[in-house]
Amino acid sequence: MANIGTALEGKGFKSYDSLFGGKWYFRWTPYRAVALGLVGLLVFAIFYRLIRGLGPATNLNDHWPWGLWIAFDDLSGIALAAGGFFTAFMAHILNAKKYKMLARAALITSLFGYLIVSIGVLMDLGRWYNFWRPLVFWGYHSWLFVVLWCVILYLNVQVLQLGHIVFERVNVPKLKKIFDQILPALFVVGIMIACVHQSALGALYIAMIDRQDPLWWSMLLPLFFLLSAFFVGPAMCVVEGSLASKAYKMDFHHEMPLLVPVMKIGMWTMIIYFVLKMVDLAYRGYFMNMFAGTLESNLFLLEIVAGVIIPIILLAKPNEQQTVPRIVTAAVLMVGGLILDRMNVVFTSMGKAMGGHYFPHFIEFSISIGLVSFLLLAYCFMVENFKIFPDEHEHAH
Amino acid sequence: MGYGLLFDVSKCIGCRACEVACKQYNNLPLDSDLDRRHESTNWDTPAPLTGNTLLRMHYYTVEKGSKIAWRFVRRSCFHCERPTCEAVCFAHAFYKTPEGPVLYRRSRCVGCRYCMMGCPFSIPKYEWNELFPEVKKCRMCAPERANIGAPPACVSACPTRAVIFGDRDALLQEARSRIKNNPSRYENYVYGENEVGGTSLLYISDVPFEKLGMKTVKSGQITDRPVPAYTDRALKWTVSIAAVWGAALTTLYLATKSPDDESH
Repeated sequence: MANIGTALEGKGFKSYDSLFGGKWYFRWTPYRAVALGLVGLLVFAIFYRLIRGLGPATNLNDHWPWGLWIAFDDLSGIALAAGGFFTAFMAHILNAKKYKMLARAALITSLFGYLIVSIGVLMDLGRWYNFWRPLVFWGYHSWLFVVLWCVILYLNVQVLQLGHIVFERVNVPKLKKIFDQILPALFVVGIMIACVHQSALGALYIAMIDRQDPLWWSMLLPLFFLLSAFFVGPAMCVVEGSLASKAYKMDFHHEMPLLVPVMKIGMWTMIIYFVLKMVDLAYRGYFMNMFAGTLESNLFLLEIVAGVIIPIILLAKPNEQQTVPRIVTAAVLMVGGLILDRMNVVFTSMGKAMGGHYFPHFIEFSISIGLVSFLLLAYCFMVENFKIFPDEHEHAH
Repeated sequence: MGYGLLFDVSKCIGCRACEVACKQYNNLPLDSDLDRRHESTNWDTPAPLTGNTLLRMHYYTVEKGSKIAWRFVRRSCFHCERPTCEAVCFAHAFYKTPEGPVLYRRSRCVGCRYCMMGCPFSIPKYEWNELFPEVKKCRMCAPERANIGAPPACVSACPTRAVIFGDRDALLQEARSRIKNNPSRYENYVYGENEVGGTSLLYISDVPFEKLGMKTVKSGQITDRPVPAYTDRALKWTVSIAAVWGAALTTLYLATKSPDDESH
């Protein structure tokens, strides 16, 4: 606060408009009103969960202590936020300048993705007021300890990265200079933490040896989670890009020269992922399990065929022959396949060992859906008030 | 090495005195609807443990020769030598005591329920009807009894001495000598000697353990290494891999950076 104060004095404070770069606005549409209603439902659900406790607010039980929030909000949500670190890698580590605008849009979704994941996980903690204790008592022997540190650190790093974008509009030159100077270090640290986090989420399930179905359990789970997050990064950029260009009436074809090469990187990552997964299954002697015809094996096949093999085939054509529908189809399949993979890791693969049954409670759905609605609204607000998308004239050349 | 329990399946008559003693000694209420969350079951159907039932006897009908026989088997915390719950807890709420029992510090618990997911025997249960629930499991009546060498409530209540309390090494010797002295009666297997690296609750039985719903190392259904050995094997690489990756990223950044570029 002191910084802002001195900065204001130095500039000679004139008006709020000159400080904040004009009035900030938020356009209302029927869809956004619905989203706001869902955020209202989220607030109600959060109060209900906090006042009544986990038992009445969820259908979690002794058989299924982890449910929708872990599978959807945490494991899937974090993987889908991978677009953030993937584009940061392209734009700022490899210094491919044309990806810098893409990285901005991905940073916004990644940051708000992590924010809603943090809220979701906090709701999932039975004694949430104790969330800081692991930081003091150092349960360093747990993969969850690694996850917690990664979430907290990465969230902070991303907020600091956002500073660069915010102070393009908010007129405080001193702060802007600081944020710009620390940016390269933030990108390196951010990507490092994000990669450890993705792997750590997979590593959580190493402890489920002999309980998780061998089609999924492997010592390589952390590597599989990292690789799948890495290839879903470009897929999320395509999905977000096509949705954003629809919503903001921009021409998606202009983005193709940007997106096709990164989807190719995604394709090669998928090939590595697929080969590793098959070799790992064969090495452990469970290769034939996927053809057993059980629910588990069929869902495994669905995840691999629809989420990995078909996208590889779709993307295998030379860059010039790639079309918008082809790329978007591949991206949607990759994203769907990844969500199915995380659902399989949490539910399908554990079914036999856990017994009992579980179907999410209304409140659990409300919180998950409400958090996603909040993410969409926050994204729209950021896009409309800050420089996230490239200017149209940049498209021209 | 610490205290342990030895449960002899062939000696148990299924009277459930241990269950009652456990409930009474630990002041545990009856289960509510929220605790159970599973279909109501008959009295003889294996019902799982709950946050209010830390010890339960499971009943099985098994074929023994030409006859059908009842067998009763104890379900409670195994007090592993290297517990998974301790390894997966990021607040260090679970810990193995030198006396043998695996104990829980409620003040540190965050309520993430990773222990419930990780436990190879699905032992820790949750107080689903509480606003700030605790994880509940057998504590071998420690610290007040086990620490002075007094047997836990369940052992004191057992009329047939089907479950006995003592030093784990001595119990292992006792188990082996019972099998040796009566090889026609017992299965030649001490359950808990090698399962997940050894547990402080040991079993011997006159019927195969697989028929009692227990995963054995012999059948390959459960590992003979402690689960923490697996998680540690991956964990120990974290810092070095992250450091190398960070260095690689920095190098790449510096290598590809053009000097005139100031925009981001």
